[in-house]
Amino acid sequence: MLKTLLDNDRTFRYLLVAPAVFFILLIGLYPFIKLIIASFQNISLFDDIRSFQGLLNYERLLSDDRLWHSIVRTLLFTAVALPIELVLGYLLAVLFLEKIPFKAALISIILLPTIISPIVAGATWRLMLDQRFGPVNQIISWLAGTDVKLLWTVSASLVWPAILIAEVWQWTPFMFLLLYAALSNVDREQLEAAQIDGASWWMTFRRIVLPAIMPVMFIAVLIRALDLFRVFDLVWTMTQGGPGTATETLSIYAYQMAFREFEISYSAAIAFLVIVLLTVFVVAALRRVEVSR
Amino acid sequence: MNRRDTGWRLWLRFAIALGVTLIFAFPVYWLVAISFKSPEEVYAYPPVWFPQQLDVSSYLTLFRDGDVVAVWNSLITAGISTVLAMLVGTLAAYSIVRFRTGGDHLSIWIISQRMIPPICVAFPIFLLYVSWNLVDSYVGLIMLYTAFNIPYVTWMMRGYIQDIPIELEQSAMIDGLTRWQVLRKVVMPMARGGLFATAVFTFIFAWNDFIFALILSKSEVVTYTVKVTGYFGSQSTFWSKISAMSVLGVLPMFVVVATMQKFIVRGVSMGAVKG
Repeated sequence: MLKTLLDNDRTFRYLLVAPAVFFILLIGLYPFIKLIIASFQNISLFDDIRSFQGLLNYERLLSDDRLWHSIVRTLLFTAVALPIELVLGYLLAVLFLEKIPFKAALISIILLPTIISPIVAGATWRLMLDQRFGPVNQIISWLAGTDVKLLWTVSASLVWPAILIAEVWQWTPFMFLLLYAALSNVDREQLEAAQIDGASWWMTFRRIVLPAIMPVMFIAVLIRALDLFRVFDLVWTMTQGGPGTATETLSIYAYQMAFREFEISYSAAIAFLVIVLLTVFVVAALRRVEVSR
Repeated sequence: MNRRDTGWRLWLRFAIALGVTLIFAFPVYWLVAISFKSPEEVYAYPPVWFPQQLDVSSYLTLFRDGDVVAVWNSLITAGISTVLAMLVGTLAAYSIVRFRTGGDHLSIWIISQRMIPPICVAFPIFLLYVSWNLVDSYVGLIMLYTAFNIPYVTWMMRGYIQDIPIELEQSAMIDGLTRWQVLRKVVMPMARGGLFATAVFTFIFAWNDFIFALILSKSEVVTYTVKVTGYFGSQSTFWSKISAMSVLGVLPMFVVVATMQKFIVRGVSMGAVKG
């Protein structure tokens, strides 16, 4: 009876969600509909023609090499950066599970990179990697014994390693924090029992540790994968997509098309494609969680 | 686990942990160090690792030129939008949890809004703002950050509110409290930790935004992220300005995180478990 008292106030419950729905409709759904309409039109900033031209923009997607290259680049970057962050984060978490003097202080310092804006992370690494005034080349010179001047953010073969270093530096601590929290909850008694039974490290990891940290790890990887797929800030600060289009990620290409080349309708088609791809990916990923739960 | 915590093993672990910490901290140190270097030291070759004296001229330049207003703009937009998003999102979360409003569909629809990359909706929003005259205004950015953070707040607060025993609310209602009073006097205090943790991340998201600020600000409401990137010129790069402005932009984050640390660690792990 009391349950129904709480459950049964229609005006109240809709009143509570109304502002949220209003905001999301206004800034989420309205632009989205506008985007879909624009993608079938022929809008550019210079003439005010808004004629519909059917699927022309979508046909253009198929033959746009620059677009597909940017997608491949983004996926490759995600595929390289994510495992590195995951493994390094895991190793750090394992290390910090042990007794270490000044543990809390060290952890707070390690988390610094994750707190700062990606923009600042990019700027910081441009300072670090500057060919003349940066300490990285200086250290490499010491180790090599000769003067080394690597053009980190300029030369085509070094820009990706440079961005990768900054990315891994910024987000490994995030992985570390999540995995550390997850690992702290692994059942100690089970681990000890496994050790007494003489289970190998790999068996213990696969049978006890991995299942226990899986939910957290899955969400952490999903969050980072989505972030990496739309990476913009860090790359923009470090290279603006250059040299040429060497570091042009999907988001940067979309930005260039919309705000530099003013191909409004075409960029709308790109945006719609990206949203469709992401939706498919996320739905598939979340299905997996539901199943595994 | 057998822990042999004595002697050299402990110190070996400490040495490794310290080394790793230094690697992660060094770039931050370098950024701060450059902001306190004199112009000669910034452009010294080989690079100077420790500034001879604390030279605050980089900061003085930022204050003299009025560039620091960008940090203020970030504070205003991120701060107000955080309060709004927390309010709107928490109410929605409460309704979704306690009344199952909209069933699963509403909550999934709300969280799916967060997935869309900002760049994808940037242009339609830009056009919308041009017609509403909201480009380059506080209201415009605040509305945008609020809207983009509502899904996150709703999703996170959903988890925290689920943890509050419904019996507490029921007995409060028997005592004659209205629904609003139950919300204010029972639910909000119970969800305090969750509110803080969520608010910190909401603030960070808004504070770190670059794409929207880049597109929607011209000269009046420039946030600090846009200002920092603006110093990168193709001909000359103003290292001292970049570093000083970055430090000013990062400082509020450090303060927020340091004061809220215990909520954050809990918030992160809970959010990850609850998803």
